[in-house]
Amino acid sequence: MSSPLGMSLLSDLFSEGRLWGRLDDVQHDAGYGTSEEHPPRMGFFTDTSVCIGCKACEVACKEWNEVPDDGYLLTGMSYDNTQELGASTWRHVAFVEQPFETVAARPPQEPPVDVAPAVDLGMPSLGVPAGEDQATSSGESGVRWLMSSDVCKHCTHAACLDVCPTGALFRTEFGTVVVQPDVCNGCGYCVPACPYGVIDVRKGDGRAFKCTLCYDRLKEGQQPACAQACPTESIQFGELDELRERADRRLAELHDKGVDVARLYGRDPEDGVGGDGAFFLLLDEPEVYGLPPDPVVTTRDLGTIWKHVGAGAATLVGLGVVSFLGRRR
Amino acid sequence: MPGLGTSFGRGGATTFLQDLANADCILIEGSNMAEAHPVGFQWVMEAKRRGATVIHVDPRFTRTSAVSDLHVPIRAGSDIAFLGGLVNHVLSNDLDFREYVVAYTNAANIIDEDFRDTEDLDGLFSGFDPETGQYDPATWRYDPPDDAGAADRQEDAELEASEDSTRSGEAHKESHEAAESESHGSGGAPVSWKGRRDETLQDPRCVFQILKRHFARYTPEMVQEVCGIEPAQFRQVADALTRNSGRERTTAFCYAVGWTHHSVGAQMIRTSAILQLLLGNIGRPGGGILALRGHASIQGSTDIPTLFNILPGYLPMPNAAQHQTLDEWVADDEGKAGFWGNIRSYAVSLLKSYWGDAATADNDFCFDYLPRITGDHSTYTTVKAMIEGGCKGYFLVGENPAVGSANGKMQRLGMANLDWLVVRDLQMIESATFWKDGPEIETGELVTEEIATEVFFLPAASHVEKAGSFTQTQRMLQWRDKAVEPPGECRSELQFYYDLGNRIREKLAGSTDEMDRPLLDLAWDYPVDEHGDPDGQAVLREINGTGPDGVALSAYTELKQDGSTACGCWIYCGVYADEVNRARRRRPHWEQDWVAAEWGWVWPANRRQLYNRASAAPDGTPWSERKAYMSWDAEQQTWVGPDVPDFVPDRAPDFVPEEGAQGPDAIGGQDPFVMQTDGKAWLFAPLGLADGPMPTHYEPPESPVHNPLHAQQNNPSRRKLDHRTNPINPSWSEVFPYVFTTYRLTEHHTAGGMSRTLPYLTELQPEPFCEVSPRLAAERGLTHGEWVTIVTARTAIEARVLVTDRLRSLRLGDRFVEQVGIPYHWGRNGITQGDSANDLVNVTMDPNVYIQDKVGTCDIRPGRRPRGPALTAYVDDYRRRAGVDMEHPEDGGADR
Repeated sequence: MSSPLGMSLLSDLFSEGRLWGRLDDVQHDAGYGTSEEHPPRMGFFTDTSVCIGCKACEVACKEWNEVPDDGYLLTGMSYDNTQELGASTWRHVAFVEQPFETVAARPPQEPPVDVAPAVDLGMPSLGVPAGEDQATSSGESGVRWLMSSDVCKHCTHAACLDVCPTGALFRTEFGTVVVQPDVCNGCGYCVPACPYGVIDVRKGDGRAFKCTLCYDRLKEGQQPACAQACPTESIQFGELDELRERADRRLAELHDKGVDVARLYGRDPEDGVGGDGAFFLLLDEPEVYGLPPDPVVTTRDLGTIWKHVGAGAATLVGLGVVSFLGRRR
Repeated sequence: MPGLGTSFGRGGATTFLQDLANADCILIEGSNMAEAHPVGFQWVMEAKRRGATVIHVDPRFTRTSAVSDLHVPIRAGSDIAFLGGLVNHVLSNDLDFREYVVAYTNAANIIDEDFRDTEDLDGLFSGFDPETGQYDPATWRYDPPDDAGAADRQEDAELEASEDSTRSGEAHKESHEAAESESHGSGGAPVSWKGRRDETLQDPRCVFQILKRHFARYTPEMVQEVCGIEPAQFRQVADALTRNSGRERTTAFCYAVGWTHHSVGAQMIRTSAILQLLLGNIGRPGGGILALRGHASIQGSTDIPTLFNILPGYLPMPNAAQHQTLDEWVADDEGKAGFWGNIRSYAVSLLKSYWGDAATADNDFCFDYLPRITGDHSTYTTVKAMIEGGCKGYFLVGENPAVGSANGKMQRLGMANLDWLVVRDLQMIESATFWKDGPEIETGELVTEEIATEVFFLPAASHVEKAGSFTQTQRMLQWRDKAVEPPGECRSELQFYYDLGNRIREKLAGSTDEMDRPLLDLAWDYPVDEHGDPDGQAVLREINGTGPDGVALSAYTELKQDGSTACGCWIYCGVYADEVNRARRRRPHWEQDWVAAEWGWVWPANRRQLYNRASAAPDGTPWSERKAYMSWDAEQQTWVGPDVPDFVPDRAPDFVPEEGAQGPDAIGGQDPFVMQTDGKAWLFAPLGLADGPMPTHYEPPESPVHNPLHAQQNNPSRRKLDHRTNPINPSWSEVFPYVFTTYRLTEHHTAGGMSRTLPYLTELQPEPFCEVSPRLAAERGLTHGEWVTIVTARTAIEARVLVTDRLRSLRLGDRFVEQVGIPYHWGRNGITQGDSANDLVNVTMDPNVYIQDKVGTCDIRPGRRPRGPALTAYVDDYRRRAGVDMEHPEDGGADR
């Protein structure tokens, strides 16, 4: 029989707020004391509506953190030659080319028949031009080029951290999630755990790497290298609460200007990861940028799993007991 | 930058980047600002955030277009037709800012009765000499004033006399040969009188009416036929510009090498200047024309020039035939109205800074020591001279012409025919290794063992390994300190030249040859650090200038013509005022006002907005509260505002100069263009430009399109480089049916020496590529991501192709024009290698500044190019089929 203390620990661990759901003081949860005793939670607000795709963030990140190059491949995916976040790419600028018609002429919220309508992922068109209209130069039939600098989300509920068996991944006093390379044993559990596909193991090294939100710079009162390098303030660094307010204002401003497609991503503390420490303003569906539409922390179902495991175990035990009882009879 | 210089009086950006945030509309054309100037672009984004309309006119949909409100695709090289259409729209609908135009421009000036327009002469202005391909501007001049004073009449007679000699003699030709237009970088061309004016603008011979007639045929339909821009979209731009100009609102223009690199480059800029003047947007907050420069210190390299035809501060380089004495050298400009009239003070002070105590009034301040020019010694002419054996030695410093200059083959063939070549660079660039691995070694056109050039490679210190200043786009000097010592044998430029000077002077020591005096008498004494590196601040202080007491001067108005002051560059005077290196000031704008006068230092006199007298109405009050900047304070009797007034500080708006006044005394209270000899901005340039007083659309030297405006297809005074290594594709050739244009990417730096060698930048754009429209891809069977070969009469290169909707097929009348975009960063060295786009570009130059036209025609085919000698045969076949005349390669064989 479990002791009452053990029961309460387990139920506490699996309750909303610990592994999933809303959690307002992530540092307190990680043992940094009350909100007076630790610094405010810091994060990124990446406003993609002003991103000019200069990739200064990618370069500044690599320079500061001494991240090696990630190979020389012309991908043909617009101007995106780093492709995705990984062990050697901690900031990644996505480039999405869309014919303008598909944006303007997209049916407004038509109900799906069987499956959700396919989202145009902005891959370069390879086919022959669609008649002579293609060749006109009017602004009505132009092209749209979305750019967005992606980064580790520093989730409120970070599955990578929760599954790490060595404690290499930890929550900092700023509420960010950092890997300690000298502790990481390269088991790779964190890689499938991340709902965004951010963290990865570096080939030829074996250990896992990802954005540290420049933990070393934060401790010196500086901002992360990418935010400092960004010329248009697309990447904004600051206290998460303040960034969320700023993002709300920016969203309202864009909606007022008629940019109805603008939306926030990772802003909601009630979402599947309890909100992101690094969240975004996007101008289209998340899938268009290569982001999961409804990310869920992989440990959310841990409680349910354990309940099922417990129930299964109890059944087995019960069956055993019954069989003994039966024998006695 | 004679386009701006002849229009306004100074060849620099009229405004500053931070002021873009005040614009109500920003038109970016001839520039991919977000990609090439991402840091400065933050102010465009700030303006947009404040509600400004941002328009990008460009052949390609770029990262700039992506964040603009409107992208207008345009055929490369057709900008004058588009801007001319806007000028016509403004003039024919009376949308000009009339009060500004009458008061501050030469719209009211009456032009000589013998002047004939391109509309009268089918594409030529009066004064064209078909033999030399040059203009005599005599008929472009202002009509003399009715009440011309005795002095004016005297000057008139002198001018007539000099014109007579011009017509018959060589002086005028030589003036053109020496690209004199460049000297209007800080001082307009000298006119003899302010001229007769009709301020009702009704006289048929006044500039306003001439302009109106000149651009009348630039209708929206014509714009579509030339540029491929639909009338509806043209109208959108025209409305945005006119709606956002006037008393209450201002529009800014930004351009870069998309305008300067054309055979009509100066005139493209001129058209924008005319448009901005008609809209009343010069000298006002949120207005102006921002010339975006191509490198960290390109503005600096014209201010203190690396050009053959000017000296520091845009003083003209003396000409061997015309300038025997100091008096002759300054005669053209001395005493004219405005600050340029004090040219003798600037010239004498420069000579004093070069030769110190050796320069005295008795020896003309060593004027005879200055080298003279005898004609065109510009870069492409020099390369031609190398090939022909006339130039034996070459210094390449921070330059990689084997990749970065037009017609790379010419560059390499030239360098292969030198006695010696010095390359100072951070990396082993293609210009240092062409002799063993250049494209001509592959084809067999050059054989390593037969190249006699002795190549010296000297490693250079990078910008963090040396102290010094940059002068950037907005004429701002910013000082940087040395962060680390240069590694190994790397040296700063300063140390290299200082040491070279010392060694030459040591070798010449004791010489009695007069020829060696200029070197031996040089003031060549600078403090050095423990590594032998001279103190850059001592050099900056010398540039700033010192007075008779040896103390740093504060302003160029303190310069004297008696030899008591020394100054290395008069427009930089003040950067070291009070013995403080003002370029090193780093007080951020949030600790002062938005003009941020204490960040760095801006020439002239730390003025951020040039011609800012025009930010006030003629009576000295702001045009509007919303656009207030500088204004006249009658109580204090001075101009006040957030900037340094670009005017005589205590000159009242109602001041009328006395007859016969000279220099600054001749500036009237309503003459904001203080460097112009008549105080007015020039809608019509009576002097100063080699190819006409007003811009006219001409086709690029290689074009698939017939010029629909005149029989004259190309700029008649374009400068051709007649050489077998520079064959031109015939116009309208079916063999070369497509337009190509070259450009930069954010991820790389110019010719690539500083970016293709770095992993972090190379991985972001790892391979050469080109971009085409889906329609062109279908027409030629090109597959996205695969190899293609691009061919011109110069050579063929290969690249991967991106098929993208960002490249638009342009409809011109009943036909389509397709454009191929090619980034030019790659060469054969570095982490990733590839062919150089500039090998495709021909050398046909603007007659004012001798800059090549980066637009040409080409063919594009699927697959990789032939290797080795087969490449030469492949290109030969194209030339033969296109009928390229290799005997007269400059005409392509089919020009009219």
